[in-house]
Amino acid sequence: MTLSVEEIFETASMILHQNLDIRTTTLGINLKDCIHSDFRVFTDKVYNKIHDNAVKLIHEALKLEHKYGIPIVNKRVSITPISLIMETHAEPDKFIEMAKTLDRAARDAGIDFIGGFGASVQKGMTRSDKVLIDTLPDVFSATERICSFLNVGTNVAGMNMDAVNLLGGMLKKTALKTKDAIGCAKFVVFVNAPEDNPFMAGAYHGVGEGDMSLNIGISGPGVVRSVVDKNRECDLTQLSEIIKRTVFKVTRGGELVGRELAKNLDVQFGIVDISLAPTTTKGDSVAGIIEAFGIESIGAHGTTLAVALLMDAVKKGGAMASGNVGGLSGTFIPVSEDRNMIDAVKRGSLSLDKLEGLSAVCSVGLDMFAVPGDTPEETINAIIADELAIGIINNKTTAVRMIPVPGMKAGESVDYGGLLGEAPIMEVNRFSSKAFLKRGGRLPAPVTSMRN
Amino acid sequence: MEKELLFITVIGQDRKGIVAKISDYLFKNDINIEDISQKIIGNYFVMMMLVDIGESDKAINEVRSSLEEIGKDLGMQIQLQHENIFKMMHRV
Repeated sequence: MTLSVEEIFETASMILHQNLDIRTTTLGINLKDCIHSDFRVFTDKVYNKIHDNAVKLIHEALKLEHKYGIPIVNKRVSITPISLIMETHAEPDKFIEMAKTLDRAARDAGIDFIGGFGASVQKGMTRSDKVLIDTLPDVFSATERICSFLNVGTNVAGMNMDAVNLLGGMLKKTALKTKDAIGCAKFVVFVNAPEDNPFMAGAYHGVGEGDMSLNIGISGPGVVRSVVDKNRECDLTQLSEIIKRTVFKVTRGGELVGRELAKNLDVQFGIVDISLAPTTTKGDSVAGIIEAFGIESIGAHGTTLAVALLMDAVKKGGAMASGNVGGLSGTFIPVSEDRNMIDAVKRGSLSLDKLEGLSAVCSVGLDMFAVPGDTPEETINAIIADELAIGIINNKTTAVRMIPVPGMKAGESVDYGGLLGEAPIMEVNRFSSKAFLKRGGRLPAPVTSMRN
Repeated sequence: MEKELLFITVIGQDRKGIVAKISDYLFKNDINIEDISQKIIGNYFVMMMLVDIGESDKAINEVRSSLEEIGKDLGMQIQLQHENIFKMMHRV
């Protein structure tokens, strides 16, 4: 087999000039086998299992970076939903102690985030689930690396509104207890949460998984942007085709690295998540792709069509490239982590309402956006419930990661720097849905026929 | 000794001594050149070499750092990548 100079150049340029990378390698670790009636023994077992495996992950990932010359940006760990393994130790102090243990294991191993400090509560909440939710503000203020999720709905169970109604209060407490409300950036509420998602903050190792599995997330908004830039005049069918081909190549690279890493770690290879995930690095923007399509600024009329086209092409290319596509595999449109999204909010072209509309055609929902600190709890709950209803009715994963920033008003901005970027405060609707939300209960599971 | 094939990609402006400098380093470290080709693509001069490091006592990361140093001297970007990634990306 001979490869042409053009092909070699294409791959080298993706890495050198277009920010292609393996965005994350996430090792899912089952912690059920660590459960022990003696809490000290329990936390020691958890620490050792996480620490030892995380150290191996980092070591092996580095070797593959050298072999393939492709950066592996994040090495992370996801764990069995913590509420499940804490059922017999469901006390606030113990939850915090466990969080600190996980935080220490991650820090000592050199892992920046550890996901799974959460629960699945789509049908109802156990005592452990309730203690978990109550304790989260203190967990976020006592730790640096813990990420948490809550799955509050599925297609078959409907949506647990009693759980949703606890979240506005929890987020506002977290916002007050952590600098610039940063703790809120580490909490994602889902419906139809995938058990093998490698991306933080929502990663966890589901109960249907084996002892360990290696999931990877690839990313190349810059690569897609580059081919779109080179094809300014083509029609939508051709545009879809060129994106599909590019995503195919990127996914194949990810699949190769993922398989080899899993083999070297002697764990099961899980999935490749083909989500396009932006960073604030110049050119590494998903909104930038949409704007390269010919949309003046993301949020303009036509954006939903553009995102739908992009998302569909990404899925087609990814599905052809790998038989293990899973996780979220959508297109991420977080506000604070995408330079062009930040600019669009600031110049008034992207509103919260349009963002919600976009999530109907792409994963993964309302992500990394800030709202005024005085937004009422019920309004936060209602924003969450609206977004999640889209997921329940459309058979898809949707999620919300929202930051109510104390003391800030719409039009101001909070700068987190690094991966989390800059969050302009977005305006929320000032009218109330309190009376509707306080009804609580469960949104019934939707009918799956009559699909119009 | 089993072959271990990697691609070296050199990208930048054409100048004298590129092949000489790189092949000198490869020869001194027991790395065989299996194939070599170059082309102007857009505004870039691109050279690729397929090399076998199976007989070299250098590890991939050592070869990479040395090539990056040579790249700095030449004012070129040099990438070293195992051939499998190209096979996966460009062949179905």
